[in-house]
Amino acid sequence: MTFVFEVLVTLKPGLSDPQGKAVEGALPTLGWSNVRDVHVGKHIRLTVEADDDASARAQVEEMASRLLSNPVIERYRILETEPGDRGA
Amino acid sequence: MTSGIPRVGVITFPGSLDDRDALRAVETMGGEPVALWHADPDIHGVDAVILPGGFSYGDYLRTGAIARFARVMDGVRAFAERGGPVLGICNGFQVLCESGLLPGALIRNRSLRFVCREVHLRVETSQTPVTTDLTPGEVLDIPVKHGEGQYVGDVDELARLEGEGQVVFRYCAPDGTIDAAHNPNGSANGIAGVRNADGNVVGLMPHPEHAVDPDVGPTGGQSLFASLLTQALAGV
Repeated sequence: MTFVFEVLVTLKPGLSDPQGKAVEGALPTLGWSNVRDVHVGKHIRLTVEADDDASARAQVEEMASRLLSNPVIERYRILETEPGDRGA
Repeated sequence: MTSGIPRVGVITFPGSLDDRDALRAVETMGGEPVALWHADPDIHGVDAVILPGGFSYGDYLRTGAIARFARVMDGVRAFAERGGPVLGICNGFQVLCESGLLPGALIRNRSLRFVCREVHLRVETSQTPVTTDLTPGEVLDIPVKHGEGQYVGDVDELARLEGEGQVVFRYCAPDGTIDAAHNPNGSANGIAGVRNADGNVVGLMPHPEHAVDPDVGPTGGQSLFASLLTQALAGV
């Protein structure tokens, strides 16, 4: 069976986020001067083949902690977007 | 080593740029340069290893994130664990941080700009294989060229590094003063280079390999290579 996951990787709070700051600085030029705390992260989409959901999720968890994010500076959140093509 | 000429390996990853300069710097300073390949876990009995600058794997995902899983890193890790001298320069520093061989991480410059210029570095400790010939407080003239050189770590980790003398270099004014004006990337505490707890693994963002030939620029890198060659020869 296949399972589709999305992993969101963001910088840990408190670390400087120059990309977020740059976006925040650009928004007022378009008229939005009411925006604060802009942060830029990464979105990674994966299709995993596994026996069941729990196994797929456990593997994605390991991928996220070992490669997709750097635990020194980042944290991640895993979302399962679709049940996958279980019938296929 | 019987010849008295230390053999210094320089790893080429896909996307390394400064491997040739590092090999040349080793040769200029009197060592025997040995080219190492990312896909070969064997480091061929070298006496020291350099991870050079560049953009391994295009800096995809994070700088150094993919290179840390290159097969050669098995050899590097084993060598480092035996106490062998390992130097990471720029992207090589990023790879060592990603691999956990060095503490902390490097993120995008605070200015968001790529910086390419000469900087001054203050030596903070002589307890590393690249600073044995140097005295704490000494100032070196060396170039930087990077977009992601802002050294970060959490507050506790930074305090621990400072307390245990693991900060090796800081960006400074020509007279050695540490201030924000001379910090090219916003690094915490002006940190330009760190070492591991044992002291045999060192990483820095500036490029000593571009600073050994007086014909083409500053020579602040000479003493780092001279120290490394001496330590490599001394053996593990």
